Amino acid sequence: MSLQIKELDRKEYLLPGHTACPGCPAAMGLRLLGKALGGNMILVIPASCATIIQGAFPKTSLTVPLINVPFASSAAIASGISETLDLQHKDVPVVVFAGDGGTGDIGLQALSGAAERGENIIYICYDNEGYENTGIQRSCSTPYGAWTTTTIKGKPEKRKDIPSIIAAHGVPYVATASVSYPLDFIDKVRKSSKIRGLKYIHLHAPCPTGWRFPSEKTIEVGRLAVLTGTWILYEIEYGSFRLTGPSRSLLDRGKRKQVEEYLKAQGRFKHLNNEMIKRIKEEVESKWEEVKGLTLRGERGSHL
Amino acid sequence: MLKVLSGNHSAAFGALLSRVNFVAAYPITPQTQIIEKLSEFVDTGLLDAKYIRVESEHSAMAACVGASATGARAFTASSSHGLIYMAEMTFWASASRLPIVMAISCRALGPPWNIGNEHTDILALRDAGWVQIFVENNQEVLDSVIQAYRIAEDERVLLPVMIGLDAFTLSHTSEPVEIPSQEMVDQFLPPRSDKPYLLSPENPFTFGNMSNPTEHMELRFMHHTAVRNAKNVILEVDKKWEALFGRSYGGLLDEFMCKDAEVVVVSIGASSGDAKEAANILRNEGIKAGVLRVRVIRPFPSEEVRDVLSRVKAVAVVDRNLSPGSGGILVSEVKNALYGLRSKPFVKGYILGLGGRDVTVEDYQAIFRKTLKSYEEGDDRADWVNLNLEVLDR
Repeated sequence: MSLQIKELDRKEYLLPGHTACPGCPAAMGLRLLGKALGGNMILVIPASCATIIQGAFPKTSLTVPLINVPFASSAAIASGISETLDLQHKDVPVVVFAGDGGTGDIGLQALSGAAERGENIIYICYDNEGYENTGIQRSCSTPYGAWTTTTIKGKPEKRKDIPSIIAAHGVPYVATASVSYPLDFIDKVRKSSKIRGLKYIHLHAPCPTGWRFPSEKTIEVGRLAVLTGTWILYEIEYGSFRLTGPSRSLLDRGKRKQVEEYLKAQGRFKHLNNEMIKRIKEEVESKWEEVKGLTLRGERGSHL
Repeated sequence: MLKVLSGNHSAAFGALLSRVNFVAAYPITPQTQIIEKLSEFVDTGLLDAKYIRVESEHSAMAACVGASATGARAFTASSSHGLIYMAEMTFWASASRLPIVMAISCRALGPPWNIGNEHTDILALRDAGWVQIFVENNQEVLDSVIQAYRIAEDERVLLPVMIGLDAFTLSHTSEPVEIPSQEMVDQFLPPRSDKPYLLSPENPFTFGNMSNPTEHMELRFMHHTAVRNAKNVILEVDKKWEALFGRSYGGLLDEFMCKDAEVVVVSIGASSGDAKEAANILRNEGIKAGVLRVRVIRPFPSEEVRDVLSRVKAVAVVDRNLSPGSGGILVSEVKNALYGLRSKPFVKGYILGLGGRDVTVEDYQAIFRKTLKSYEEGDDRADWVNLNLEVLDR
């Protein structure tokens, strides 16, 4: 029996009065994370929107033990914490909550090192597809064609596939998730808290401020990303790949909504011409081809 | 127990006797033997510690920050580019008030690549908010690492400490070193306390969230005060060390025949020994020479330096480092300390020994003589020792 909303912890670990923008997906991610682990964690937050959300000294909106750290250092600091907790015989999950820039750009080296060493960490990348905290600049995870303040004609390159990079390290658990599918995300956080080693969860986080859509539409945009097949929900447990949530039924292209529906919901794509839209659709298709291969292998029981 | 040890291995033995329980390490010449030896200590069961082989110096210091914030006694070592690469984390470590100890085998920075002795790396981080101690010999390396934890963990200080040792002159040169017994060291250095705050699931705190201008200056004032407080703590620790082990390094300053000196060389590190030998030679010739080795760079012992040098006619400050466009870093610190004096001594700066160039007893004799001559001539322009620009035309 899968997880039900009513079974969730009613306690809030991200308190009201936090300083996120309205409709902020990072705040949603932190709230769900608290509920997933019942507040039992040590949280590591690098420079990002999540730095701001806490509010300023002497107040804080997060009730769990938390350390703020420099941009490139999260996975290394988390390693030091995790190793020391081990010395002290304390079994508490150490969770990094970092943005896509802090993960795939400046933090990738430290994360790769921690993954290779098999540090006992849950690393969550909340992916709002850009440097939104500094005012919407492109990151490695900004998708092709998206407007940002440093790609005013649309980003010419395609996004970096961070979860695949981490999976290539052979870590025990890699998953993608979306703030629009909270139970799927919580399930993955809980599962990862029971596995030893580096666990990586890439949380899709539609940002109303940066993506240019009304703040009440965050969940809707996140759902469109999944239902159009633009963002795929999956997990790789000890090398074994499987689709999760609504993505399970989307291998068949006919069951997916049109990618245009997702693009049109956001102001950052309003300048796209037909050729650019065609390229985006081709990229979505090629990722699904890759997933199809992985799924078939998963069904045959063979590992990555 | 007396053992023949290199400076690098002396640092590793210091960490072993300090019972460090967390080491994060990344290799760089000339420091590498420190972390190699510690790895051996851990793998052979001599040292009960977590040892993680990180992928960069930035991560080495970051991991130490995480470990120290959670209560570990953390140690790492670096040099040159490694130290500069981790610079961001060194500022973070000190403002987080974490008692980490790091040994630095001081080395030149490129380009061109050069692994030779120079102090520009550690001095470039003099504003990073750490306590910085610079040593003269391998015994002092070992003793200072242990002392450093006592200083770092003192509740009046709560700051990270760097121990600077000269590349090759100390790092790779072996000397007889007295290794104190673990029992005696334990008597000197108690286990780290969990005061005042640790990252712990039982007692949740938010560490390092944003501050407003209304409190940021006050936090920096407290940081500055803590570094200043280290002065007295270093003196106390030196006395306590002397009482237990019979060795003293003078705490902040190591004075050599300064009491009646008319000319004094002010220096840092291993080549101070050569300066002392030169002073002895000049004393035989009737020149009252002395050497003031500055052992602690931060907190800079301004009052103490002023006190010693106020009695001196002419001062030569030697810098094995360079702040391009300004000159030697130590001479600038010394002049800063002397400004308050009504009657100031004559001060001349010397740049020498960059990138591992040899500095000899003869060089120091020449410096003493030149300083007295320059004093007579009133020429206080800085001098570059043995500079020969013609080599660049080859």
